[in-house]
Order: sequence, then structure tokens, then C-alpha cells
Amino acid sequence: MSESLDRFAPAERLVHRLVAILMGICLVTAVILYNGSIMMAVGHRHLVETVHVWSGLALPVPMIAGALSAAYRSDVRRLNRFTPADWRWLRSRSRRDGAIRVGKFNAGQKVNSWLVAGSTGVLLGTGVVMYWTGLVRLSWRSGATFVHDWSALGLGLLVLGHIAYAVRDPEARRGMRTGRVSSRWARAEHAAWAEELQGGAREVLPPSP
Amino acid sequence: MGADPDGAPVGRRVVLGLLGLGALGVVAGSKVQQGLSELLAPIQLRDPTGFTSLVPLGNTWRYYSVTGAVAPRDATSYALKVSGLVERPTTYALADLEALPQLSFTDTFQCVTGWHVPDVPWTGVRLSDLLDRAAPTDAAVGVRMRSFDGVYSVNMTLDQARADDVVVALAMYGKPVTHDHGGPVRIYSGSMYGYKSTKWLSEIEVTATNDPGYWEDRGYPLDGFIGE
Repeated sequence: MSESLDRFAPAERLVHRLVAILMGICLVTAVILYNGSIMMAVGHRHLVETVHVWSGLALPVPMIAGALSAAYRSDVRRLNRFTPADWRWLRSRSRRDGAIRVGKFNAGQKVNSWLVAGSTGVLLGTGVVMYWTGLVRLSWRSGATFVHDWSALGLGLLVLGHIAYAVRDPEARRGMRTGRVSSRWARAEHAAWAEELQGGAREVLPPSP
Repeated sequence: MGADPDGAPVGRRVVLGLLGLGALGVVAGSKVQQGLSELLAPIQLRDPTGFTSLVPLGNTWRYYSVTGAVAPRDATSYALKVSGLVERPTTYALADLEALPQLSFTDTFQCVTGWHVPDVPWTGVRLSDLLDRAAPTDAAVGVRMRSFDGVYSVNMTLDQARADDVVVALAMYGKPVTHDHGGPVRIYSGSMYGYKSTKWLSEIEVTATNDPGYWEDRGYPLDGFIGE
């Protein structure tokens, strides 16, 4: 059996699972609330709306609570940082051939994480303004609805793309399900990270206390 | 804390940038939407694919229902009851309502959450005409409008219900009100948010009090005037 590497800590996997459930509820209820034909078939607007609003308010909670975990904080720092190699990877047509050595996260994963984080914040803010209608004036509520609709469409597409990539890569899914990935997969997809863990580079990133 | 990974903190900038854009969109989005809407209206009218109804382009209708599927009613099954504190309780068939004087005007449908559809042509019987025909008693204060969905109801004061722009609407866009829009008969109140415009109207009851209705019980203002 080939050697396997630790990719995601239990806390990170728990955050991912909770965010996935809440995000799924938000997107399904969003489709019901937005689309006229589906709304007319499902009805029960107040119930659907209540589920949508409270799942949406809860969505950032695991994202933020994850900061209690050192592994989560370390991965957020990795996602935040963008190098010239990341720019090259994004522009490259042959980005998957391994010529550009990728760290724990590739540039696409980084961009996805920023857009998900940013649009979640935007959806939270605009959603609050739409739900508690006494907070701001009407023209701002109209603006908030406009922003909420487009951000939700964008975020929905990001989530679909995220799932499509996951469907094509069982080992990446195993990483998120069990926390561990094969070193062969790590060397192929995240060579710089695999070397960091295996190539005697452990002292570069000591475990936080 | 371990050493920061290499590279510039682009992620933080993008997230803050998106939050800033979002805030800008809240303030200016209403105007942008207006522009988009005028630009796209001719396309949407002639869109055979229905694609434009799937994306939030322009000012589009959103259809609400607070209960499960609502069984449609037509000219044979529809009836509107005017009841409560009145001298002459009456039940109108659809044809009876169509035979009364009709008022037509164009006005915006405005939802309290922010979306709106401008320049909607409405036609219907003024609610004040129906009230006059029923002759409210001296004890009358409020009007309760009920829906044949079996759940929805909304209130107005008698004075609010008598305003010039409150109609028992029979037509929108020059055609009979569709089921999804609350047809065959719905309320339209031009000065108030959409939740005051009861869909699938089945009863107008004149009452001694002005009690909150479905959405008012769930936190929306009792008066519901646009802009408040």
C-alpha cells in the first residue's frame, strides 16, 4: 500500500461538511424562492423563506469558527497568498502536466475560495437588508435585491463547478472525506506540498501549538 | 503562528473588493437595474427560449404563494363575497364584476423586499365602489381581504380601502389576471407594498377593527405604504 499523507484535519472536514449542508439548503431554497414556476408548485413561501434566511445566517458561522483550528488557519493563510507561479498556472493551457509545481492548493482553488468567501459575505449583508425591511430605505433594498440575485447566481455556478471537479477526482474527495490522500496523488497534483511533507521540509511549517 | 506562505495577500484584497462592490451595488443597484431593464425589455418580450426569465436581468415578476398548490378558479367556479358590517352583503360572480364600471391605470408593483415591476397596466373595479354598494355600517373600521388559497388574508382601514388606486383587479396587461398572478381576481393597491395586494381574492369582509393579516403577523408594517 502506498504511503498516504495528512491533507485535512478533522476540524477542517467538519467545517467543510457543515458549510456544504448549509450551502446546499441555501441554494435549493433560493431556486424555489426565485423561480416562479417552482414557487407556484412548492408554495409555502414563509416556510421556505425562513429556512433560507436562517441557513444563510448560519452559513458563515462554521467558516469563522474554523479559525479555532490551527490547521484551518494555516490553510486559510495558504489560500490567501498568491505567487507569480499561481498567475502562470492560471494562464497556462497545460497547467495539469505538473511543470508548474503546485503547493497545497492550486491557483484555481485559491480563486474559488476568495470568490466563495467574498460572495458569502455579500449575500449575508444584502440578505439581512432584504429580510429586516426596516433597516435601510427602499431604493437600497432594491439595490440589495439586485446584488443578492447576481451574487447568488455566481455562487451557485461556483458551487456547481466545485462539485464537477470533485466528481472527476476520487482521490481529492477521499482527502476531504478521510483527511488523507495517497502520496502519488499528492506528487501529481500538489508536488510542492508533497515535497514539503516528505522531502525533509517538515521544519518549514512546524505544527502550531 | 508559522511563517506566512509566499506570495501577496491577493485573497484578502479580492474578498474586501467584493464586499465593497456589494455595498456599492446596494446603493447604486436600483439605477443599474433600471437601465438594464429598459435595455432588455424589448429582448425579453420576444425571447422564445425563456432564458431571460431564469437570470435576474431587469425588473421581472416573482410569484409568491404562502400555501401549497392553489386550485385554479375560473368563471364558473369563482365567487367574491362582500360580507361583515354592511347593510347589503353580496356575492359576485366573475361576470357580475365584469359588468361593473372598470378603472384602468398604469402603476408599479413594488415588493417590500425591494423588487418591483414598473408600468403595469391594471384594470378592475374600484374597491370603494364595491364597498359603497354594500354600504358599511357606522361600526365599520377595517376591511379584511381573504384569498381562496385558504390561508392568506390582509387588512386595510376602511379609508385606505377607499383610495382611488385600490382596485379589485380583473385584468393585467390588458388580459385576464392569470392564475400565477392571483387571478381570476386579485387586489391591486398602487400606494402600498405588494403584500397588501391579495391574490386569489375570495372575500372582502368589513370589520369593526383593523387587525393584522398574514404578513403583518410576521412583522411587516400594518399600513404598508411604499417608502415607509
